[in-house]
This record gives sequence, structure tokens and C-alpha cells, in this order.
Amino acid sequence: MSLEKKYPKEVKQILAKYPPEQKRSAVMPLLYLAQREEGYVNKAAMQNIAQMLDITETEVASIVGFYSLYHDEKAGKYRMQVCTDLPCALRGADEFLNNLCGNLGIKVGETTPDGVVTLEAVMCLAACDKAPMFQTQGPDGIKYHENMTVDRTMELIEALKKSDAGVK
Amino acid sequence: MAHILLRHRDVPDINKIDVYKKNGGFDAFKKAVTKMKPEDVTAVVKNSGLRGRGGAGFPTGMKWSFIDNKNWPHYVVANADESEPGTFKDREIMESNPFQFLEGLALSCYAVGANVGYVYLRGEFWQVAAFLDEKIAEMEKAGFLGDKLFGTEYSLRIYTHLGAGAYICGEETALLESMEGKRGQPRVRPPFPPSYGLYGKPTIINNVETFTNVPMIMANGADWYKSLGTADSAGVKIFSLSGRVRKPGNYELPFGSTFRQLIYEYGGGVQEGRPVKAIMPAGASSSLIVVDDKVLDTQMDYATVRTIGGDLGSASVIVLDDTVDMDWVVNKTIHFFKHESCGKCTPCREGNYWMQSLTAKIHEGRGKQEDVDLLLNVAKQMQGKCLCALGEFSTMAVVTGIERFPQDFKKAVNR
Ligand SMILES: Cc1cc2nc3c(=O)[nH]c(=O)nc-3n(C[C@H](O)[C@H](O)[C@H](O)COP(=O)(O)O)c2cc1C
Ligand code: SF4
Ligand code: FES
Repeated sequence: MSLEKKYPKEVKQILAKYPPEQKRSAVMPLLYLAQREEGYVNKAAMQNIAQMLDITETEVASIVGFYSLYHDEKAGKYRMQVCTDLPCALRGADEFLNNLCGNLGIKVGETTPDGVVTLEAVMCLAACDKAPMFQTQGPDGIKYHENMTVDRTMELIEALKKSDAGVK
Repeated sequence: MAHILLRHRDVPDINKIDVYKKNGGFDAFKKAVTKMKPEDVTAVVKNSGLRGRGGAGFPTGMKWSFIDNKNWPHYVVANADESEPGTFKDREIMESNPFQFLEGLALSCYAVGANVGYVYLRGEFWQVAAFLDEKIAEMEKAGFLGDKLFGTEYSLRIYTHLGAGAYICGEETALLESMEGKRGQPRVRPPFPPSYGLYGKPTIINNVETFTNVPMIMANGADWYKSLGTADSAGVKIFSLSGRVRKPGNYELPFGSTFRQLIYEYGGGVQEGRPVKAIMPAGASSSLIVVDDKVLDTQMDYATVRTIGGDLGSASVIVLDDTVDMDWVVNKTIHFFKHESCGKCTPCREGNYWMQSLTAKIHEGRGKQEDVDLLLNVAKQMQGKCLCALGEFSTMAVVTGIERFPQDFKKAVNR
């Protein structure tokens, strides 16, 4: 189903932000909308957005490829993105991520066997004073989790497994 | 001293519109729109000595005065990309004192004749953007945004726009490309945004913290603001303190405060009472500064930090103690820049690729002294040849790390 049909209110709100002759600006917010349910943007959605904005599908795909928060492949329901950049690493982020891997029995970049969590290492998230920290990107958007421990993270993962966010 | 920017630390609930109003909120904006000419607002900001807080320290009022009045419409864009490793001040402002930031943005729009202002937030600030959307709606409802404000002919709308995870979009022309729905790659300059910006129209871009100063300057006057800080750097600055300190966080201090005050008085000193070995005053883009007593007693303002071999930049002070090896630090910073290089120009794209393989090799103990020399050579070759400042930033820690901490690299290649 097209985005206009599925999310008429959101699409209208997004397009209203930009001058009518500059609707290409809406490509980024529309991609977030397209990604909302499955966690990645499929080809049909790219076609849909290209048509809506009078640009080519290749242009939409190149936007998806450029920005790290858009994905063109399916992963776990939640991407758990741990910051291991310099300031966080000075406060133990690398050890935290290692221990988390050990606890989950997966490596960075892999998904838990139940398909709930994909573990990733990312760059600074502007929360450097609250390391170890990560964000979750999932059906309910992006959320920060700060001053974390492995134990509390495992509890969060249990909760995510039970959550029905995004289930229609 | 009471906070000027982080006012939520003194005034509880200032992120509620009635509390903000009770504390003088929107008085400056109303006065400007109903009683002042746009260029008079710019003049006050110019006289205050306010300089941009996004890193370059460019005089804000002067930038506003460059707006091209022959080409319309005009736009103002707030840079809320905040992606420099070690920087986390704009987020605290937007989450906790949002109206002061939005009022500053509104004042800027009025000053340069813009009827639309945008806030470009990094994509990870998803929740912050949703929160700002609520605050913008409250301002519309209260008559501070919308058509014919305060019974005048002036109309203003503010919208948020989310990026999607690309450090380069903090660079102002890449940010504009991104807002136009393209890949975030820097433009060749000149022309500069005040003459050719968003959609090719005159555009003012300032950092969130820069805007947040403006309502207080309008309310208290340029002389009041100038009386804070130093001759070179007027006013106050939020220092994001991170790394090996006991109490990392944001600290709002007048320019001219010393590194010692920031690290020991506010930051509680270094963990386990260890000595500070080096500081990076401007996040991952910084030079590595060797720390001694003289450096600790250095005043933090744009001109003085330059005298100790660094730049104050966005004032994201990363503290490194004597347990930290600089080959590790440089490997971390290059990992970041390699990931964030937009790939538009060859020196930065290839240089960072090369630097990454060398820093990894050296840090993992597989390197020789020749590799260190080559790394330094590559970094120096890149300097002055890149299209935007990211390329330059990527070389700073490498060059200063190798030149100022040779013993760390010697140790690494003998591992
Ligand atoms: C690679 C790069 C990243 C930048 N990131 C930011 C940023 O996240 N936030 C910001 O305000 N300025 C950033 N800047 C600086 C902006 O280009 C620009 O100078 C600034 O937004 C102007 O606002 P100001 O005068 O208020 O500082 C960055 C510059 C470069 C080269
Ligand atoms: S210096 Fe790097 S980030 Fe800047 S334009 Fe060139 S490739 Fe892109
Ligand atoms: S380094 Fe991790 S949030 Fe900044």
C-alpha cells in the first residue's frame, strides 16, 4: 500500500513543511515513515517516494545508501546501537559491548536467533557523559539508553522480546 | 552565577511555556517585532560580541548583516546536528530550555527577514525533535508563531527536519544539501549561505547554543553580555566535559575560566586521582595538547587556546589521563573520520582510508617506525587539500599525537 494511503495525515504534515516547488526536501522524513514498520526500506517504497516527489528511484536509493539510519536490508526488530566512540570508550564502552556480545552469544553485526535484536557499534550519539550508552532503533522510533550496565541491558532485551510495538 | 543558557538548572520547569513566560520569556521577541527594525536587532547582536558556538567562532551579528537583501525569500536554519564526538550541549538545551532556543531562532528570523525557520537535528535526536514539535505547537497556540504576529505584518513558522546519521551534515553547506533532499555533501564555497543558501536563497545558519544566547542579549543589552567573558570572546560558553573525569557533563562558564577550574572544580578531577596527560578541547577534531601546569591554568577563550597549540572549537573538552596511549586515541579518531568522510574529494576519502589501515596496524602492534612516519606523511599531505574542514579535522589528532607524544608511538611499534 502506498504511503499516502497508509499514512495520509503524516504525509500531508511532512509535505507542508517545505515550499511546494521544493518537495524533494521531504525525502528524508518520508523514508523514516517507509521504514517504520519493517525496519528497512524496500524497493516498492523507494518507487513510491520517487513518484511522490518527482525524482528518480536511483536518487532515492542513493539517499538510503548515504545515511546510516536508513537500511535497505532486514535486520532484527530492534537495532541496538552501542556507542564505542572515543569519549564513551574512555568510560568503558568497548568492554561493555564485549560483555554484551558474550551474554547474547552473538558478535557485533549479528542478530539474536529469535530475530529481536541486532547488535551494532556506532559513532558518538551526543551522550558522552552517560556512557556506556546505546540507542535502540525499532518500530517505535529511536530511543536512548544511558548509564547502562550489562544486567540492565539484558533486562531491556527481555522486555523488547515481549513487546508488541509495531505489531498490527 | 545564575545560568544564562542552562537556565533550567535554576528555574524548574522552564520547558513549560507558562513558566518560561513568567520568567520574561518572549518579551524580547515581542518587543523586537512590535518596536524594533530588523537591522536594529542585528546591531545589538553585533555589539554584544557574540560569536558562533558551532566551532568556528564567527561573529554572529556580522554574519546576519551579510544577508543578501536583493534576493528573496530568506531562511534561517538552526544547526542541531551535534555530532562531534564529545559534544552534548545542544541536546541539553533543546530538551530542557527549548523555548529560549526557539525564541532566539525567532529573533534571528525577524532580524534577517525570514518567514520560515528550520531546525536541522541529527536523526538520532528523534525524541528531541518530537519534543520540539510539541513546543512549537504551543508557541503557535500562544500567538508567538503564525501569521501577523502581535498584530503586525510579520509572520513566522518554525519546522523541525531530521537528518539520518551523518556527521558531515553538521557542515553548513552539506546540511543545506541534506535539507534539499540530497546526499549530505559540502558545496564549493563561495558563494556562502547568506547569499546562496537553502534552495539557493539567502540563508543564515547558526548553532543551537548561539541562538540560545540571543533572547538574553536582547533583554539585558549588548554591554551586559560583553561584560561577561574576555575581550576576545564575549559572554558564556557551555563546556561539554568528557573522558576520564569524575563528573563529566555540561558546565556553563564565562569565557576566560581555566582548564583547571573546569576539570578540577567542576569535573571533580580525574578518576583515581591520576594526572591529566592530554586534553582535546574541541572533540575528536582537536589537536592533542600536552598538559602541564601552564596548560591547566590557561584561560579558555578562542584566542588563548590557540597559544597552547589547539583550538577551542565547540568546547568539547575530552580529558585523557596517564593510562591512555595516544596510538589508541588516534586509532579511535581515524575510525570515526574514515566512517564519516563523505567521499566527495580524493584527499579526504583516500587519506582517511589509508590512515585507518595504518593507525590500526600501529595500535595492534603490527607496525614499524616506517608506518608511523608514513602516517604522519599522509596526514600532512592531506592538510590544505580537502574541500571542507572535515578532511583537515581528521589530521589534527594524528599529526599532534605523533609529534607531541612520540614515546607512545615508539612503544606501540616495539610491542
Ligand atoms: C565536518 C563539520 C561538522 C560540523 N558539525 C557541526 C555541528 O554539528 N553543529 C554546529 O553547530 N556546527 C557544526 N559545524 C560548523 C558549521 O559548519 C557552521 O560553521 C556552524 O553551524 C555555524 O554556526 P555558528 O556560527 O553559530 O557556530 C561543522 C563543521 C564541519 C566542517
Ligand atoms: S573533505 Fe572529506 S568530508 Fe569534506 S567534502 Fe571532502 S571527502 Fe567530503
Ligand atoms: S562518544 Fe559515545 S555518545 Fe559521544
